[in-house]
Amino acid sequence: MGLLTGLKDSISRAASTLFSEEDPKRIGIYGPPNAGKTTLANRIARDWTGDAVGPESHVPHETRRARRKENVEIERDGGTVTIDIVDTPGVTTKVDYTEFLEHDMEKDDAVRRSREATEGVAEAMHWLREDVDGVVYVLDSTEDPFTQVNTMLIGIIESQDLPVLILANKIDLEDSSVQRIRNAFPQHETTELSALEGDNMDEVYDQIAEYFG
Amino acid sequence: MAEAKLPEDEDGVKIDLISAERMDGKTTMEKIRTILDGVRDNKIVILEAGLTPDEESRLIEVTMAEISPDEFTGLEIETYPKSQADDSSLLGRLMGKEETKKLTVIGPANQIETLHKDETLISALVSRK
Repeated sequence: MGLLTGLKDSISRAASTLFSEEDPKRIGIYGPPNAGKTTLANRIARDWTGDAVGPESHVPHETRRARRKENVEIERDGGTVTIDIVDTPGVTTKVDYTEFLEHDMEKDDAVRRSREATEGVAEAMHWLREDVDGVVYVLDSTEDPFTQVNTMLIGIIESQDLPVLILANKIDLEDSSVQRIRNAFPQHETTELSALEGDNMDEVYDQIAEYFG
Repeated sequence: MAEAKLPEDEDGVKIDLISAERMDGKTTMEKIRTILDGVRDNKIVILEAGLTPDEESRLIEVTMAEISPDEFTGLEIETYPKSQADDSSLLGRLMGKEETKKLTVIGPANQIETLHKDETLISALVSRK
């Protein structure tokens, strides 16, 4: 009897894990370095929780650890969508510490930053394979989107059948071209925004609710 | 298979063109090792058939683990962007059909620079170290 009860409980727990409507989905914020991922994560977190996720910087690889902000409740159309947002380090295939020297950094600091950056990229890839339920892919709309990192990452996301929303960030800047991003990834919806200025965030939240709610 | 010996003082760019047949049957880590050993030996590695998305993901991860200041700064990798026509279905993947693999060029980050890329052309500048 005890064995049967235990088995029943186990099945019940497994089923509730599999089919629970309560668990917030983990949405990874991905993209190349300096696309504005942390600025976006902070914007979302501040708008709905009042807290920030992490420091922002124009120096590449400011985010060197994935950071999760849990239970972000986004209100849309009278309902609430609850997600965990995971701000991830910018993904790249190369890290050269000498690039940090150009940002007035001492060699020791630059080497340390590059080592942490490589660990962060590896961590971001691991999260993508194992631990996220959906992806917000952030691109700097002033930059060429036809890069190998973007092509590879979108391919990796598609291969795992994760829902992905592409955001064309930095539309407040003069050189911004959202159409270039739409042309690069026509198979996905692209929404424009300025995470820094808060432009078009209502549409971004509508899309997040639609894609990940 | 015997590896070709290269003169120690050869002042040129070494290229390994690796056939699909040679990579076929290798495990993911064996493929990654083949690529990274070549790139770390300052070779340009050209794969007749590229990597799957999962292999690409692991290649990035292992590359990051091997980056070391003043020695190895990572790699530059280029393959043709996926065209709409290549979009494989979930059913196809479940049935074990891989996506169409495309020729892929990989080299040391400090030696190869992509000049232009579109769905049908990759133009790159390869320099001596």
